[in-house]
Amino acid sequence: MIRNLAKENLIALVFVAPFVALFGLLFIYPTIAMFITSFTDAPLIGAGKWVGIANYVRLASDAKFGLALWNTGYFVLLSVIPGTFVALLVAVGVSRLSGWTQAIVLALFFLPYILPVSVVYRLWDWVLNFQFGLAMHVLDALWIPRVPVFKTITWFMPAVAVVTIWWTAGFSFLLFLAGLRAIPPEIYEAAALDNSNGWTTFRKITWPLLWPVTALVLTIQLILQLKIFDQVYLFSVGGRPNDTMVMVQYIYVKALVNNQGGQAAAIAVSLFVIVIAISVFQFLLLRLAGGDDSK
Amino acid sequence: MTYANLQRWNLAGGLVTVLTVLVAVIWAFPLYWGVITSLKPEDEVVRPVLEFWPEHFTFENYISAITRTQIGRWYINSLIVAGSVTLITVFTCLLCGYAISQLKFPGRRILWGLILASFMVPTQTLIINYFELMASFGLLNTLPGIILPQLINPVIIIVYKQFFDSVPKDFREAAVMDNASEWRIFYKVFMPMNWGVTAALSIVCFIWTWNAFLWPFLAVSHAEMMTVPVGITQVNDSFGISYAHRLAAAVLAGLPVAVTYLIFQRRVTQAITLSAGIKG
Repeated sequence: MIRNLAKENLIALVFVAPFVALFGLLFIYPTIAMFITSFTDAPLIGAGKWVGIANYVRLASDAKFGLALWNTGYFVLLSVIPGTFVALLVAVGVSRLSGWTQAIVLALFFLPYILPVSVVYRLWDWVLNFQFGLAMHVLDALWIPRVPVFKTITWFMPAVAVVTIWWTAGFSFLLFLAGLRAIPPEIYEAAALDNSNGWTTFRKITWPLLWPVTALVLTIQLILQLKIFDQVYLFSVGGRPNDTMVMVQYIYVKALVNNQGGQAAAIAVSLFVIVIAISVFQFLLLRLAGGDDSK
Repeated sequence: MTYANLQRWNLAGGLVTVLTVLVAVIWAFPLYWGVITSLKPEDEVVRPVLEFWPEHFTFENYISAITRTQIGRWYINSLIVAGSVTLITVFTCLLCGYAISQLKFPGRRILWGLILASFMVPTQTLIINYFELMASFGLLNTLPGIILPQLINPVIIIVYKQFFDSVPKDFREAAVMDNASEWRIFYKVFMPMNWGVTAALSIVCFIWTWNAFLWPFLAVSHAEMMTVPVGITQVNDSFGISYAHRLAAAVLAGLPVAVTYLIFQRRVTQAITLSAGIKG
């Protein structure tokens, strides 16, 4: 038996070793290194002197950091709940269809999610183009004056949020669709027998039964959008990147543009802590609400 | 339900259906608009009126996108990067997920706990230290430098572990009774049943990696080492702004993933729902 145990461990080691090696080198090590770097005055590449919490103290009075924090929060506000709402509406509509109509409509809604962000950027940069954009013709038809969307501070975040919803709603939409399919049809049949109308059925049956999926979608979206970088960066080129800066973008600017690795790491740790805190908080919330303990 | 009620219900339902189809068409319209613009000659593109169909079809923009940029090179880079990341990630996660689920070894629970915790960590915050690490290996501006930091994808190992957990214990016990070795059990009993999951995870892993922007954008500054999504936004062509040309390059960048999705729709849907912890 003892020999067997040793052999079993050896086999297990062979199975886990490739993953564990990569995990240690590319995940555990960089995570620890990030915390250490944040307490030094290191440049982007190379070691620095230990400076204690100086980088964090500096952040507290850094107006740009405050702005990045604010912009990130503003973007989350504009994208998470509206995006979830849109995905839910679309899923309810699509779930009523059947056969090839459903297959085509599903593909039309999901296709944007599958595209690289730079393609999404090119498409919407063209649709919202000040001179020739499709959207500007719509504004003309509505007698609304044209705006250079991505060069106007007030329009920048809302426009990026709309583009982001268009791009990522497909993911949430699929989850809602799976959730809707999991609701047994007998419940709807019983409701129909009771003369329940469409809205009442949705409010009393669909919405409560779908709530776990809604909570999941909201959480995934919240954590995803806090890490926003790509779209904001791409659309801000040629605009006013200093005014529309978000957290990850500020890490990038501090590290790669200003060559201040230590200060960039302090920003990274702040975002890290925010995301982890929210993840833990929602996990506890779901546990308290008596979510499934099966996993 | 009275007849009148039923009729009203049908009418409302029909309205919702029509509305859904209409919204779907509007939703996908920017895609159509981008493709159709890329097929117009530049002078038609910049006309002040809307034209939903080109007067003259042309592939000129595609030809110039291919000949005037290094998109061919970027395609090869993207294929190598997405292919290697998919292969290595899926293979290592498959083995490790299997071991955590089916084998007993010291440190198993700690490893699983770390993996679950890593799921919460925003990898975007690790870019500084990825940069430093890759620089110390001398891998900046190389394909391995783009590949390495993308190899950690906790979702994939979590899906595998949960998949193997759901396999009834009898399979393993029967094989152990037959005196099959651990390798044989893995290879003959467990592998054949996970091809579906493996296919689904590989397809989305490929799509996710093909689409990745942040790290490939940071790791590379030489045009010839870029991936397609980075290249089409970072390299400006020699002859100024040409909207049709840019859109042609964008269509070329999106085409491989769009086609992959359209071919493997059901697998992609399955993988997306599995990745969110919903049984697909």
